[in-house]
Amino acid sequence: MALKTEEMVLNMGPQHPSTHGVLRLELVLDGELIENVIPHIGYLHRCFEKHCEAMTYPQVIPYTDRMDYLASMYNEFGYVVAMERLMNIEVPERVQYIRVIMGEFQRIASHLVALGTYGADIGAFTPFLFCFRDREKILNLFEITCGARLLYNYMWIGGVSHDLHADFIRLANEFIKEFRPNLKELNDLLTFNQIFIDRTANVGILPAETAINYGITGPNLRASGVKWDLRRDDPYSIYDKFDFEIPIGKGEKGTTGDCWDRYYMRVREMEESLKIIEQALDQIPEGDVSSAIPKRVKPPVGQIYARVENPRGELGYFIISDGSLNPYRIKVRAPSFVNLEVLGELCKGHLVADVVAILGSIDIVLGEIDR
Amino acid sequence: MGLLDKQFTDDNIVITKVEDLLNWARLSSLWQMGFGLACCAIEMMATSASHYDFDRFGVIPRPSPRQSDVIIISGTVTLKMALRIKRLYEQMPDPKYVISMGSCSNCGGPYWEHGYHVLKGVDRVIPVDVYVPGCPPRPEALLEGLLKLQEKIRSESLVNKSA
Repeated sequence: MALKTEEMVLNMGPQHPSTHGVLRLELVLDGELIENVIPHIGYLHRCFEKHCEAMTYPQVIPYTDRMDYLASMYNEFGYVVAMERLMNIEVPERVQYIRVIMGEFQRIASHLVALGTYGADIGAFTPFLFCFRDREKILNLFEITCGARLLYNYMWIGGVSHDLHADFIRLANEFIKEFRPNLKELNDLLTFNQIFIDRTANVGILPAETAINYGITGPNLRASGVKWDLRRDDPYSIYDKFDFEIPIGKGEKGTTGDCWDRYYMRVREMEESLKIIEQALDQIPEGDVSSAIPKRVKPPVGQIYARVENPRGELGYFIISDGSLNPYRIKVRAPSFVNLEVLGELCKGHLVADVVAILGSIDIVLGEIDR
Repeated sequence: MGLLDKQFTDDNIVITKVEDLLNWARLSSLWQMGFGLACCAIEMMATSASHYDFDRFGVIPRPSPRQSDVIIISGTVTLKMALRIKRLYEQMPDPKYVISMGSCSNCGGPYWEHGYHVLKGVDRVIPVDVYVPGCPPRPEALLEGLLKLQEKIRSESLVNKSA
């Protein structure tokens, strides 16, 4: 006679140290095994689209900062790329280089938080402190450039708000020199730590086909072995000038597309970002950074969709202009929102303790999910 | 105990008011609830991480409201979240303190005018002891807010609760 067991529903969040913000997960359990995970969102819905209706185009930029607050520079980047395409603005070369440098520094800073908190979720607290130590140095670089640590309002339509500080290039090169050994330290401490590998390898496997079907982008897609990076496949700004590789997951410690692959993908992306920054710092031309900033932003009637490779994946802005000073509508395609949807698929059949490992490995930011 | 150890060789006593002793104990180990809402939570994490080091003020993040003395409301409080925050606050044991961190939880911040889903200040659901302005406040500002809270606790009285 088969033993009949009842399902149990367990709520995780919205207050939970490992949900990376205010996310509630409804776990449907069969004993210790997970049958389904239903994410409940909306605890941080901050009415982004409503604000866009009331703001002028430049006023929207601070609100894009506050969507994905770990990668503010890159959110601005996406928005200004979209606006410049809509308005046909030719941006000075120096501005493009500054944007790429800032964008890639932001990618490193964002990945450092992702890796540090992932370690803390799994139970390794020291890497968290190491990652934040390095991130603090990047924030100092941002601070001497635009005065803010977290939410910058730095990239403006047609330019950037401030030129680089006179010491910036020297300090940035110093940081890169310091950071490379620190990355190796992180690898020794966490990445190739056997306990960490046991927790993450062969857990939450995301096959390439499933990833594509769900519309997963960014490091999560590349960890599944799909070579897709908008910086190379749909180049914007001046990314086609740089020589960098697109790492993909190979399943070195387990199966391709497991949590360890997703984690290690971010480490390798930081190395590639360093390469891009080094090249950009070498090649950056002199020039004026504010010459192309329009006095009055009034795009023609029309619509545009522009996408950039945010640290979390494809960040798209769909902007409809009715020819006035305020946008008619701005819709954001947020990478975290799409990446979160695959969670149920990934968790199926795993133990309760693995939910934290899987959720941390897809690296979501709630500000971007709820907007 | 390092300094005290060296000053006294024999057994000794310290005479103080009970209030002062309790207040001193309370303000020196404010356990914080490790609870982040939005952007400010990242600055809160930065404050507790290597560079700014919250630990030196006795602030240690605890995962549960039942073990914590102070809750830092770090970020935008939405209407959906407001009731949960109220419940979390109610679950904390007395004496409990609230630091409102950042413009959003002080008054709604940049979402003040058009944010139809944003609570215009967390003080509409729970009592706030210290407001830290900024969007987001720098870690130094949060440390200052904590020091202000410690000052407030230092002058608390057991008899007269409102003082």
